[in-house]
Amino acid sequence: MARQLIKGNEAIVKGAILAGCRAYYGYPITPASEIAEAAAFYMPQAGGVFLQAESEVAAVNMLFGAAAAGVRAMTASSGPGISLMQEGISYLAGAELPCVIADITRGGPGLGNIAPEQSDYHQVVKCGGHGGYRTIVLAPDSAQEMADLTMLAFELADRYRNPVMVMADGYIGQMMEPVEFPAEARPLPLHSWSTDGTPEHRSNLICSIELQPDDLERHIRKLEAKYQRAEREEVRAEHYRTDDAEIILVGYGIVARLLKSVVERGRALGMPLGLLRPITLYPFPVRELRRLSRQACCFVVVEMSTGQMVDDVRLAVEGRRPVEFYGRCGGNAPSAEEIFAFVERVAAHPAEALLEEVADA
Amino acid sequence: MPEYQVLHEKARSFYPRYTRKAEAQHQTHYCPGCGHGVTHKLIARAIDELGIQDRVVLISPVGCSVFAYYYLDVGNVQVAHGRAPAAATAVKRSRPDSIVISYQGDGDLAAIGSAEILHAANRGEPVTVFFINNAIYGMTGGQMAPTTLIGQKSTTSPFGRSIWNEGYPLHVCEVLAALEAPVYLERVALGNSKQVMAAAKAVRRAIENQVRGLGFSLVEILSPCPTIWKKNPVEAQRWVREEMAKVYPLGVFRDRTKEAEPRPAPAPPPALGDLPRILEIGDGAGEALPPLPKDPFADHRIKIAGFGGQGVLMLGEVLAEAGLAAGLEVSWLPSYGPEMRSGTSNCHVRLSTRAIDSPLVAHPTLLLALNEPSLRKFSATVEPGGWILYNGDQLPADCARQDVHVAAIPFTRLADRVGDARAGNMVMLGALLEITGLLPEAHIDYALRRKVKSERWLELDRRALAAGREAARQGVTHAS
Ligand SMILES: Cc1ncc(C[n+]2csc(CCOP(=O)(O)OP(=O)(O)O)c2C)c(N)n1
Ligand code: SF4
Repeated sequence: MARQLIKGNEAIVKGAILAGCRAYYGYPITPASEIAEAAAFYMPQAGGVFLQAESEVAAVNMLFGAAAAGVRAMTASSGPGISLMQEGISYLAGAELPCVIADITRGGPGLGNIAPEQSDYHQVVKCGGHGGYRTIVLAPDSAQEMADLTMLAFELADRYRNPVMVMADGYIGQMMEPVEFPAEARPLPLHSWSTDGTPEHRSNLICSIELQPDDLERHIRKLEAKYQRAEREEVRAEHYRTDDAEIILVGYGIVARLLKSVVERGRALGMPLGLLRPITLYPFPVRELRRLSRQACCFVVVEMSTGQMVDDVRLAVEGRRPVEFYGRCGGNAPSAEEIFAFVERVAAHPAEALLEEVADA
Repeated sequence: MPEYQVLHEKARSFYPRYTRKAEAQHQTHYCPGCGHGVTHKLIARAIDELGIQDRVVLISPVGCSVFAYYYLDVGNVQVAHGRAPAAATAVKRSRPDSIVISYQGDGDLAAIGSAEILHAANRGEPVTVFFINNAIYGMTGGQMAPTTLIGQKSTTSPFGRSIWNEGYPLHVCEVLAALEAPVYLERVALGNSKQVMAAAKAVRRAIENQVRGLGFSLVEILSPCPTIWKKNPVEAQRWVREEMAKVYPLGVFRDRTKEAEPRPAPAPPPALGDLPRILEIGDGAGEALPPLPKDPFADHRIKIAGFGGQGVLMLGEVLAEAGLAAGLEVSWLPSYGPEMRSGTSNCHVRLSTRAIDSPLVAHPTLLLALNEPSLRKFSATVEPGGWILYNGDQLPADCARQDVHVAAIPFTRLADRVGDARAGNMVMLGALLEITGLLPEAHIDYALRRKVKSERWLELDRRALAAGREAARQGVTHAS
């Protein structure tokens, strides 16, 4: 199929519908609104439901209802709206309802601004809702991946009976790139557990309650087993020139795109740079990082925040190598030049950086 | 026989045994004399009578009735506090043949869930809501509800509800009756058996409306909570009759069941094979255009900037679309948000023979500055050897650079002569193509046809392109 020039946000909707999504509930917010707008246009034509909810709180609970009814369903929002959805996401995970939630991130805290930032990492990846649950989190870095990973998100959501989040910064949502879609739409799933008002499913119950501590512990352990399976089977990461790399750059989303030009610039000067781009932020590519920590002399994590994912990199590397951080925030994207200058400084004094790290510890 | 035991004459829509407690499989968890138990019975009866047990999806709330799913043998969904109308909306919309019942207490519906019920009612969602008004929070141990009566004591209004501190009791039926969409709103009570019989009728009607395909129905049920009220079941019933009903008058607040039209059934979904056409992803190729050779390596980093309304983003889109048609890798990244509203706008376009790493253009090889502020902002960032196209007769002296090529042409003025100043972006594009040979005419024209749907504008844009080419042939300042 021919490639089409479209916005990342629109690619999400087309991908979702091809993946069998037939319900969208959402509330407008920049820079995610094009998702709602595209859904409003395409979903009814595809035989699905589109509804602009009265709030993100309502939207996420509509998502709960649609998922309970056995329909592939999604919503999308940005920072403040995702904050409001957190209670609902916890219920979705507790009741084991598959669905997809996209977060097109902006600058914060508070109203912040609408320029791109990556500071929702904590609330999305570490699960900002109550109770012990996880959501799988996919981080596209192109319009193509907005489509591909949204389609994957629906598969994973069903496979794990769990909400899956697609988290991209405002740039990835707003930019246009060529996207190629699969030629065929996926058939709609049938869920034996759904409450859809049919005789076969009459005795089904969608619920997140377990009153007895033993029962709840069993339920939580069951969820935990799912997450552990996801940690074994669903880790996705892109390796870019890491084979012989000694300085490993780590970044996701738009930052990973910048880091590729940093790698190229360094390589042209004979610097052994490589990039590890986590595609799943949960499950996090812990094993990949550990493996790389054997060959690398240090890691440089770059984020559009004051540093959130860097904690996970440090946990994975377990102090074996220094992990340096460079971040911009407030809606500023770092330039490849400034990142490169930072990497050069790190490369010039790896030992010092290591010493600092040791002294800090 | 105390009222609560009435549950034992079971409707078929109740489970034969309740599995909540192994030792009490014939008893609900409700207190003796509780209105929830009575209401469950009325609902189960109505479901039996209407023969719809298989179609019912019951949405249970957070509150004492959180466990309704242990009793009613129907599809059950238990949701977050206050959000049952949202979940009900979605179940009904995706499964129009199901009969969706939202069951809620007064804290759930009238406090934390006040937005959800108001909007579900206002949209006229064709669902049935049973609203148990017991003037108190039962489950959490007797805190004040929005429906608590003036002067009524609760654990969080220990001196009695005061209009100055907590405001007046909330009248849900009256509030919803102010909306256009609801089809049926009635307030009933469970204060004696006569009232219970009237309630039974209302409950049945509210469900029947949905079976008939009519819109939103809600029954508010004034309901005893003997435990929290610290009354025996008989006194509690009297309090419903004598105190609550005084504040909350019984009656029908809306009945449009006769004139309401059944909602039109949704159109049948399209065949899966039709989706690529519907999603507009099948037509990409359009027409066969010759791709550009991949060799030599070319990598154009373009920044376009100007005022909103000058067609900055559109110029970028045409370039990206034409580049894609020419087989190049492309990206287009806009500035977005308040910046757009404050009047300036810019976009980053990359056209490359190789995969594009970053879509951000910090150092353009081509700067297209449609106004002076943009020129000032970005002229210093242009790569040495690159080009600046500026919408003016000449670059201001302080922006001049010796190491880049410059074409200063009054594009907007030329566009005005062509027929519309707004086509200045296309005049600029024409000049750009003439100077750099960036993309073939055919590909640009193809992109224009994809973007510009009005014939008049298409024709105007083509003339603007030609005017730009002509201007470029005449006045170009090269780097020294
Ligand atoms: C978000 C949230 N806030 C608070 C609670 C605690 N809570 C549980 S039930 C309830 C009040 C229920 O009262 P009502 O709706 O009147 O139902 P009743 O128990 O009287 O039937 C509250 C506040 C909760 N579960 N979730
Ligand atoms: S506390 Fe009140 S509402 Fe709750 S079960 Fe007991 S009587 Fe019913």
